[in-house]
Amino acid sequence: MNKIYYSPSHEYIRVEGNTGYIGVSDYAQQQLGNVVYVDMPEVDDEITAGDDFGAIESVKAASDLIAPVDGTVIEVNEALADNPRLVNEDAMNNWIIKVEIADPAQLDSLLDEEAYKALCAAEH
Amino acid sequence: MEENKRTCLYPEHVSLKALISPFGGFDMPIQYRGIVEEHNAVRNACGIFDVSHMGEVSITGTDAERYVNHIFSNDVTDAPVGKCFYGMMLNPRGGVVDDLLVYKRGDESFFLVINASNIDKDVAWIESNASGFDVKVENLSDFYGEIAIQGPKAEEVVEDVLGIHVSDLAFYTFKEVTYMDKPAIISRTGYTGEDGFELYAPHDVTVATWRRLIESGKAEPCGLGCRDTLRFEVGLPLYGDELADDITPVEAGLTMFVKLDKPEFIGKEAVAAQKAGGPARKLVGLELLDRAIPRHGYEVLAADTDEVVGVVTTGYHAISVDKSIAMALVNTPYAALGTPLRVRIRRKTFPAVVVKKKFYNKNYKK
Repeated sequence: MNKIYYSPSHEYIRVEGNTGYIGVSDYAQQQLGNVVYVDMPEVDDEITAGDDFGAIESVKAASDLIAPVDGTVIEVNEALADNPRLVNEDAMNNWIIKVEIADPAQLDSLLDEEAYKALCAAEH
Repeated sequence: MEENKRTCLYPEHVSLKALISPFGGFDMPIQYRGIVEEHNAVRNACGIFDVSHMGEVSITGTDAERYVNHIFSNDVTDAPVGKCFYGMMLNPRGGVVDDLLVYKRGDESFFLVINASNIDKDVAWIESNASGFDVKVENLSDFYGEIAIQGPKAEEVVEDVLGIHVSDLAFYTFKEVTYMDKPAIISRTGYTGEDGFELYAPHDVTVATWRRLIESGKAEPCGLGCRDTLRFEVGLPLYGDELADDITPVEAGLTMFVKLDKPEFIGKEAVAAQKAGGPARKLVGLELLDRAIPRHGYEVLAADTDEVVGVVTTGYHAISVDKSIAMALVNTPYAALGTPLRVRIRRKTFPAVVVKKKFYNKNYKK
């Protein structure tokens, strides 16, 4: 089972079992423009739903990355350290952190693909 | 909340689908195609900017020269008509009221170009210091539009697309022209570190000029986003970042634009005293050894203690030099070239080193 959820702050979490791959949505990378730096947490760091776990920077500004769920970081995408523009090239496949999800019930409060699309359309 | 103003070119920005954000009390285009593309267009070819938000003030009268010299840090004495000067208006403490360009239009006529965010403050300052001088002060900010045409191909574009003869204009000079049947001013000036021109004209001429430039396909529309990255890379200050009412030209490293040999001007004593005694802090360049990006307001720390020794004024992962760099105001003991420092970026600190703040060489046509 592989399902994608979104937060209103434009992070996604792709869920495989108890593992979540968290990144920013394609809409978010378009709005950011050229990504020049991704500030990532470290392996074993705890993340808390609603709190920032890092930041993503375009030329102009830094934007916080907000955790969609509680969890523990099990891997960070090291490729982004050297090549942050991968986020622009393919945001959905270039996840930022891989986490062990603490409470899968929190996923229910996130947006599914359809609801997220509606949110982006309304923002635009 | 007060509504932001819009320049005469606002509808053009909307039709070009610009990303629009507030700046200096105006809704301004931040980018069109993208900051990086626009930045590179100016470094390599030609970009055009709507800078109609800038303020213009005319000072005329028999005491015009004496009065400009009273409020302006640079020296306009006996200058030829057609010369531009960069400098500052200072307060009595030596702090910067604004940085500006002064154009000498005639022996009794000067034209001041001031920052959008400071128009009200500046006009009040200029008027309040004019007593005892036979001058007339007029705020023409709502009359003039302004387009900056910048880059190595700017001269070609102004000549070929606009048909204005500028190849004879020297750097920091201007001429008065009749363009599209209206009076206009064009100067060889800019804020990008590249060769370029700035055209001041009534709103209808400004709009027609912009359209002509866009339709030519030879000029990239550029937003304030890349205007900031461009000026930053060549170490030019921005009011509100590197300059403020409580930052002096001595601290900002701009004393070459403060003529202490003039008989008098507001702020002279304070600047002279600070220059003699040495400032407590200085504006420096910082280069980070990591990709993390220092931004305005971030703390600068000593290398080996947690003492805060300064603050970042502007920082980017710079486009033309591909490094994370910043300008920062730091305490003088930490301002020497090569000094190791750290910058606090969110939860971590990153090592940095003091470097020259001219990160990229200017390419002016002098």
